[in-house]
Amino acid sequence: MTGPLVEIAPGTGGDWRAVCAYHDLLPGRGAAVLVDGHQIALFRDRGGAVYAVGNRDPFSGAHVISRGILGSRGTAPVVVSPMYKQAFDLRTGACLDEPAAPGGEPAALPVWRVRLTPAASACAGDVAPPNGGAHRPETARS
Amino acid sequence: MTDTRRRLVLAGHGMAGQRLLEAVTDRAPGAWRITVLAEEPRPAYDRVHLTSWFSGTTAEDLSLWPAGFAAEHDIDLRLDDPVTAVDRAARTVTTRSGHTVAYDALVLATGSRPFVPPVPGHDTPGCFVYRTIEDLEAIRDRAAHTGVGTVVGGGLLGLEAAGALREMGLHTHVVEFAPRLMAVQVDEGGGAALRRRIEELGVVVHTGVGGQAVGAGADGTVDSLTLSDGRTLATGMVVFSAGVRPRDELARSCGLPVGERGGIVVDTRCRTADPHIWAVGECAQAADGRVHGLVAPAYAMAEAAAEDITGGDGAFTGYEAATKLKLLGVDVASFGDAHGTGDGALEVLYSNTRAGVYKKLVVAPDGRLLGGVLVGDAAAYDLLRPLAAAGTPPATPPEQLVLPTPEGGAAGPVTLPDEAVVCSCHNVTKGAVRAAVSEGGCADVAAVKRCTRAGTGCGSCVRMLTTLVDDELAAGGAPVTKGLCEHFAHTRAELFEIVRVKNVTTFSRLIDEHGSGGEGCDVCKPVVGSILATLNPRLGNSVHILDGEQAALQDTNDHFLANLQRNGSYSVVPRVPGGEITPEGLITIGEIARDFGLYTKITGGQRIDLFGATVDQLPLIWRRLVDAGFESGHAYGKALRTVKSCVGQTWCRYGVQDSVALAIELELRYRGLRSPHKVKAAVSGCARECAEARSKDFGVIATSAGWNLYVGGNGGMTPRHADLLLTDADHATLLRTIDRFLMFYVRTADRLERTAPWIERMEGGLEHLRAVVVDDALGICDELDALMARHTETYEDEWRATLEDPERLRRFVSFANAPGTPDPTVRFLPERGQIRPAREHEAVAAR
Repeated sequence: MTGPLVEIAPGTGGDWRAVCAYHDLLPGRGAAVLVDGHQIALFRDRGGAVYAVGNRDPFSGAHVISRGILGSRGTAPVVVSPMYKQAFDLRTGACLDEPAAPGGEPAALPVWRVRLTPAASACAGDVAPPNGGAHRPETARS
Repeated sequence: MTDTRRRLVLAGHGMAGQRLLEAVTDRAPGAWRITVLAEEPRPAYDRVHLTSWFSGTTAEDLSLWPAGFAAEHDIDLRLDDPVTAVDRAARTVTTRSGHTVAYDALVLATGSRPFVPPVPGHDTPGCFVYRTIEDLEAIRDRAAHTGVGTVVGGGLLGLEAAGALREMGLHTHVVEFAPRLMAVQVDEGGGAALRRRIEELGVVVHTGVGGQAVGAGADGTVDSLTLSDGRTLATGMVVFSAGVRPRDELARSCGLPVGERGGIVVDTRCRTADPHIWAVGECAQAADGRVHGLVAPAYAMAEAAAEDITGGDGAFTGYEAATKLKLLGVDVASFGDAHGTGDGALEVLYSNTRAGVYKKLVVAPDGRLLGGVLVGDAAAYDLLRPLAAAGTPPATPPEQLVLPTPEGGAAGPVTLPDEAVVCSCHNVTKGAVRAAVSEGGCADVAAVKRCTRAGTGCGSCVRMLTTLVDDELAAGGAPVTKGLCEHFAHTRAELFEIVRVKNVTTFSRLIDEHGSGGEGCDVCKPVVGSILATLNPRLGNSVHILDGEQAALQDTNDHFLANLQRNGSYSVVPRVPGGEITPEGLITIGEIARDFGLYTKITGGQRIDLFGATVDQLPLIWRRLVDAGFESGHAYGKALRTVKSCVGQTWCRYGVQDSVALAIELELRYRGLRSPHKVKAAVSGCARECAEARSKDFGVIATSAGWNLYVGGNGGMTPRHADLLLTDADHATLLRTIDRFLMFYVRTADRLERTAPWIERMEGGLEHLRAVVVDDALGICDELDALMARHTETYEDEWRATLEDPERLRRFVSFANAPGTPDPTVRFLPERGQIRPAREHEAVAAR
């Protein structure tokens, strides 16, 4: 099985880690991965871009963001939490519906950086995606 | 501090009395210290809809006494303690319990009493009247012990009572002294049409005869009724419904004048001869010299009295009787000069004996509509009654108003003048409704109801109200946004037609060719997923909702074929068709729950919910369930959920049909059907309705002759009783009609619209639905039948199919990079011998 791998790194800086094959991700759907005890939700949209955000839904405290439906609000790519249906901007992690979760914590998901690397050499350089967290495989292959 | 308020005493707390309280407190809040002295053990309730008590409407549902009303207006309501004497000189009343209450204003609203003809044996146990909830309770109790019931009186209330007896499964007789049924309201032709329709339902009608003697059996209760022509009917109960008499005895005993035929004499302000005493409703003889027995004039009298009491200037001068009812499923309406007694009155007649439809209009020589009678089809009543009241010749020739119209061609309320009264219960004109929208800012029917009270009485005008409000909104240029979301400018129904007609097989193609392109969203994706699920067999797609691109369209519940719970775990519900389960089945479910440590609970749909499964466990649990013969219950889907049933004829002493067998058959027939919202159903084996079928999207209730089909019921946040669509249907007709009903719903309802609001929104309402699914008025029934046939042919158990395919199973992992590792944050604590989700910061011992 060839094809690119998905690598992610914390938005605040840190090491890149390969988490799954790009082809493991279903277009328009998400999947969760476990990295050093952190749960991260990965999404691949219908155009092929990949996003990574924290899997914990701040409104319910449950780790379910990866199971939300992917969509767009205007120009923003969003995931809609399957629990209480708030939309989060996948580029910034910001909740577009409510500013804060019930306990007062900010309603935002941590954002992870994403890159795709050829499966053979999982150590290609960091190609900064143009729109923050997202990464398109076409640019990775170039 | 002394109470400076004046003292208002209301004797009697029926519909008129309650209306008076509302009107007085509305016009002069806080001005009166109000005491209500009621005879019945409960506050005012809706007597107009009393019969619906038999079909499940509770006393609480019927109550007209809003919670908090007494507190808000400081009203002292004393139940079970009627006024027994009035001392006009002292201005006090005495109650049955011996209390004396002083008044500045006394309103008599004591209503009427049923007239029981003085035939020998009229007080034998098993004889009843039909006026209060207590009467109905007694009738129901007796009905459980007899197979035959007889109603004496073939008027409006008598036929209602007959309908109730029949619904309870009794063989029913109606005895009417006049030569026809409903002699007051309808003419000979109408009476004949009504009789035919009612006899078709199995009710035996005897006209031109009276009851002569009630016979009793060895146990001292009713066993027969001898008629005036000498025949004797075997019957286990007799319900007297032969008219009412005004309760005017208080007035008589304190010297107030009463009419020749009873009724406290009042003037146009509803004042009696004593300036401190008013009388309203059925106990009073109004200024027009008549005693009115309907709710609309009673309300109008209450308003007039309240106006006078609070210093205003109201008047009740008389009321043009008009009635529209559904008796035993037959529409009956009469209004205005129904018998054509006026000078020069002419008739326009339409009669269709085959269909049991009779319509007569009475018109003046200049074309003014004076009145009419409608039997079998009263759809035109909402339009005709205001036209008759308006007193101007209608724009449409009278014959057009009674001839059957082609689908959708009926004249609408647009032809009504502004002064036409559309809600006769609350006397609201078309102009007032329009003003509530255009000037009052009401944006929907609910707001107009709150603002004008139109449609809150008998409810018969709600459909016309809806049309009026929509027309007015459209005329005002209110933006009508009906698109699904930012990606599609179409409704669900429109998208369904696009997919069907153009054979669009994927979401990608649909959004690219008919939508905005791009990603879609959480609104349009599941909608298209649902539409594809219905049409997949026809489109040649895989019927499995997790195949190909369809997987990305599903809500999380459908995506994991389980129900997401608050901590991120899922619940599992195997199908238990009709709620029938073997001991082995119960044991298997119990063992699985025990082995996986799941919390178990019995659901309202007569099955078992297993909570606390992680996504990794779902295939393991389902492997065990499928091996034991269980299949998906679709609790996770916008789909048919359950067909609940009572135990039925096989076991139950009262059952008249095998409700369990039918429920199982229906559940298996429609299992897996994806729809705009969830669909719930039930089958009851007799009219006692233990399966609560009338609260379901479709409900079936057994009769001795077949099945009654009800549609559009709902529990939940906006409860609604289902409407009767079929009466005494045979098995094949029943299935065919439900097939069409469901497919028509799937095809035309909005996203997340249950059948109840769908029917309420439907232009033409239940009658239109009936025209489409019973009479095939749109010519689409073949198509609906074919769609349902394909559904049943191609049904497969989603869980079995998922387990058979490794590709489909791949998604059931908590982590793509660590299959087999469960979500460590899903944790449980013990509670009442089972598990419950641990909250985020609760400490948990290792599971």
